[in-house]
Amino acid sequence: MTDAVLEVLFAGPHVSVQDAGRPGLMRFGVPASGPLDRQAFAAANLALGNPPDAPAIEVSLGGLVLTCRSGEVGFAVAGGGFILDHAAQKRGSWTIATLRAGEKLAIRPGHWGSWCYLAFAGALQSPLWLGHAATHALSGFGGGRLAAGQVWTVAGTRATREGAFPCPVFARPRHDLRVTIGPQDRFFTPGTIDTFLHAPWRITEAWDRMGVRLAGPQIAPEAALDMLSEPILRGSVQVAGDGVASVLLADHQTTGGYPKIATVLDCDLDAMVQLRPRDLLRFTAVSPAEAVQIARAEAGRRHRYRETLTRP
Amino acid sequence: MHRAFPCFTPVAEHSLLVEFGERIDRDVHARVLALDTALAAAPSAGFREAVPAYASLLIRFDPLTTDHPAVEAHTRTLLDQPLAPRSPTPREVEVCYDADLSPDLAEVARATGLSPEAVIAAHLAGRYEVYMYGFAPGYAYLAGVPEALHMPRKAAALRGVPAGSVLIAGPQCLVSTITMPTGWWIIGRSPTRILTRDPARPFLFDVGDPVRFRRISRAEYEAGRND
Repeated sequence: MTDAVLEVLFAGPHVSVQDAGRPGLMRFGVPASGPLDRQAFAAANLALGNPPDAPAIEVSLGGLVLTCRSGEVGFAVAGGGFILDHAAQKRGSWTIATLRAGEKLAIRPGHWGSWCYLAFAGALQSPLWLGHAATHALSGFGGGRLAAGQVWTVAGTRATREGAFPCPVFARPRHDLRVTIGPQDRFFTPGTIDTFLHAPWRITEAWDRMGVRLAGPQIAPEAALDMLSEPILRGSVQVAGDGVASVLLADHQTTGGYPKIATVLDCDLDAMVQLRPRDLLRFTAVSPAEAVQIARAEAGRRHRYRETLTRP
Repeated sequence: MHRAFPCFTPVAEHSLLVEFGERIDRDVHARVLALDTALAAAPSAGFREAVPAYASLLIRFDPLTTDHPAVEAHTRTLLDQPLAPRSPTPREVEVCYDADLSPDLAEVARATGLSPEAVIAAHLAGRYEVYMYGFAPGYAYLAGVPEALHMPRKAAALRGVPAGSVLIAGPQCLVSTITMPTGWWIIGRSPTRILTRDPARPFLFDVGDPVRFRRISRAEYEAGRND
């Protein structure tokens, strides 16, 4: 067991350290944070034999270039279809390989997906906030954003198997997002809710860890300025006074005074974030009871996939 | 639009929103806190967390363990029980009103027709209560700004407002915890840490705590800031 020392040569915007997140603190204004695509994040860790919540690096479309100064470490990349340029070889995501002293690893966007996860066979040494490495982007609390010149250490590195591991179907981008209507649908006319459910929407470039703005029809609320601030969730579809809709993500504000016309099922969010700016999406309304059934079925699929990764 | 309260609204596969009214009101907020306290003492199966706001409580649960009807039924039994007495802890926040730390004090004085000292006295006389957190970690919304100081938000937000700024807008006051833009009025600066850095108690306030502001000198402010 030894250490690997990594230097950041380049990091795009929104590249940060994440663990599985710090749940349970929304009452203090703290969203859970954690990876935008929790399934890919867990897969990268499990493929290396790590616990599914071990700290790893979330890479945005901006990309990341690291070099290994000393030691060597197995790594896995899972998530969107990014391209790994390493040791004179180009590979895709859903790969395990070894980064050795003097080698460079460049991760750049490929044909699909917006986020991927770089996990290490060892313990990424990261600052913690409230016991978690997850980075809260707005404050920078937690492990933090990556920037050129930083040095990160992976302690207790282990040898790993190398090669590809399967990208499950549920990790692909999802264009049809299931929602429950509300909880502030009373601020919208039935016609507006109908428009929301039947219009095609597009992901825009206005996207960070707090949320993603959508392009589509105006769905302005009626008298929304009268609304009291109410709790917000990851997945809330919030409509600003000008009728522009956003889907709130891992680093969302915990309360706010814009009405939420709908809420995306949590189990659809990991695949939603692998859409790209300009991609189309649609919303389909389901009942709360259907939402619970869908969540249970999705959890079963994910559990079965994870078992294939941890089987010896 | 008349709605009956309490009003239960299922949210996605994992949450239930319980609303008690549509106004910022002590009695409505007291009902939010009562349910919050009762749930903490007797959580339903699969309970994950509760998030109090002005007039509502959001209950998050594990959809693999329970569902909306079960959580609603449990919540209704709690609402039928007599209110458990709460014992909130009074909190104190220090504030220095020196001119360079209170860039909007003069404007608030002009707008309210008070002298700057009278604005300070009114702010100190307020009896505040933590109604909810939001916006950013540790951003506690304190209701209780005296009516004489109620100001609408500024038309445009000011960028780069430092952490520790004491801000007011309408009936609300808050002490910022990180450098942020704000359209609220900056009337002082506090060295009191809402994010305490104490792992055992990382946030100074619980929702429902009463809060008083205490005026401190510049020397005390500088000493407190460097603690």
